[in-house]
Formats: sequence, C-alpha cells, structure tokens
Amino acid sequence: MFSRILTSGLFAGAAAGLITALLQLYFVQPVLLHAELYESGALVHFGADPVTAHPALPGLFAEPVRDGLSIIFTMLTYTGYALVMAALMSVAERQGHEINARTGLLWGLAGFITFHFAPGLSLAPEVPGVAAADVGVRQIWWAVTVAAAGVAMWLIAFGGNAASYLIAALLLMGPHIVGAPEPETFSGPVPTEIGALFAARAFGIGMAAWVLLGSFAGYFWQAEGKRAAAAA
Amino acid sequence: MTTNTLKASAAGTSVLPALFAVVLGLGIITLTGHVQASALHDAAHDVRHATGFPCH
Repeated sequence: MFSRILTSGLFAGAAAGLITALLQLYFVQPVLLHAELYESGALVHFGADPVTAHPALPGLFAEPVRDGLSIIFTMLTYTGYALVMAALMSVAERQGHEINARTGLLWGLAGFITFHFAPGLSLAPEVPGVAAADVGVRQIWWAVTVAAAGVAMWLIAFGGNAASYLIAALLLMGPHIVGAPEPETFSGPVPTEIGALFAARAFGIGMAAWVLLGSFAGYFWQAEGKRAAAAA
Repeated sequence: MTTNTLKASAAGTSVLPALFAVVLGLGIITLTGHVQASALHDAAHDVRHATGFPCH
C-alpha cells in the first residue's frame, strides 16, 4: 500500500511540478521581476515623470541558477502535495469511492482551494516588496486556514448530509471572519497594476497546476493498482 | 475473536502508510515553502511568491 502511494505520488508530483514550474516561469516570473525593479528602487512610480509599463526584463532562463532552483523547488513542493493527495486517495478508495484521472480533476480543484485559494483569499499572493505582517504569524494563520479548508473539502466531497455541509461552510469562512494578520502600515512601492496581475497569475497558474496534479495522481493511482493486481 | 483481531490489524496497516505519506508530504511542503533558513528561503524565493506562501 505504501509503495503504491509513494510511486503514484512521486510520478504525479514530479510531472505536475515540472509543467507548473515552466508555466510559472513563463507567466508569473516576468511579473515578479517587474515588481522587483520597484522593490529595488530601479523604477519609481508617481515620481515627476511617467514610468514605462514595459521595461526591459531578463528573458526566460537569463538567470539559469535562479530559474533552475525554482524548477527544483516547484517539483518538490508539488511532490509534497501529491504524497498527501495519494494518501487521502487511498483512504477514499477504501471507503468505496472511485479514483481515476477524471475524478482526480475534482481532487485537484479541492487541493487548489485548500492549499492556495482559501489562504490566498485573505493573504493574497504577495508581489515582492509588499508590506505584510510578521512572517511567523502569517505562517500560523496560513497553516490553520489550510487545515480547516482541507477538512471542509473532505466533508463537502464525502460528508453527504446537511450537518457536514454546514460545518464545512463554517470551516471555510471562519479564518476569514477572524481575519488574517495584516501590516500596521502600507509601504509597498510596486504599482497596484503589477500587484493585481501577480495575484491573478499566481491563482490562475495555481489552479491549472492543481487540476493537472489531481488528474495525474488519479491516473497513476489507478495504473499502479492495476499493475500491482496483475503482478499478484 | 480471531477474525476481529485480523480485521483490526488489517485496518491498522492500511491507515499507517497513508498517515506516513501525509507526514512526509507535509514535511516536504514545510521545507520548500515555510522554513525561513536563508539558504532555503533564497533558493525557494520565487516559488514561494508564485505559490502564495507567506514569504518575507
């Protein structure tokens, strides 16, 4: 059982992580590099002169070590997600739920909401240079929100009665009613246009990544099961 | 009695691997996304921003 979880988790995580890393480098990284020009003070907006919205940016893989590390860490992160997902898939299948590439799409959406969208709703994906509360406090809020959203997703998918939907709704809303840690003052030097585009791109690529991850995990889970059954 | 024991041990062995995989997965996510050691932070910087983890 453990080798089936491990194998499908590693395959799905590495494959989805690699695609995600390339999507992020193409769609998210230029926005981040643009923001860093304001973070470093190389560009300043609302100065005496208007600032171009299209400065020269380093191209794809202009910084091979930095981008290479990003690829490795994205693959690792999504492998971590995939191991959690494959483990939960094993529990769900034991309870009689079908796991395959198609149902995996829903698992992916639930994972996106759990790990990315739920915490991001109040702690929006941060563009570099943005003002924020103490990182430790934000990490605690992030972890609690992810845990609550994860339980909520499970209850919505497998609860099957009114009470579980109600508890799920409370778990989803609770952290946002309490509120995320916020900075005392605003000091972000980055134009709001760039910050908004960054958050939108991070969410969009995140959703694509998670849907791929869920589908891959479902596919490999089923394929590994068939292979093990054939060998037995 | 024997059947019950067998059932219990079968359930136990099926939950443990899943639990271990969850702990392993969350450990990797903590390492890549949340540990603030500067070498890890610098290497994972762009990924942490793009993935929506609290970064700085």
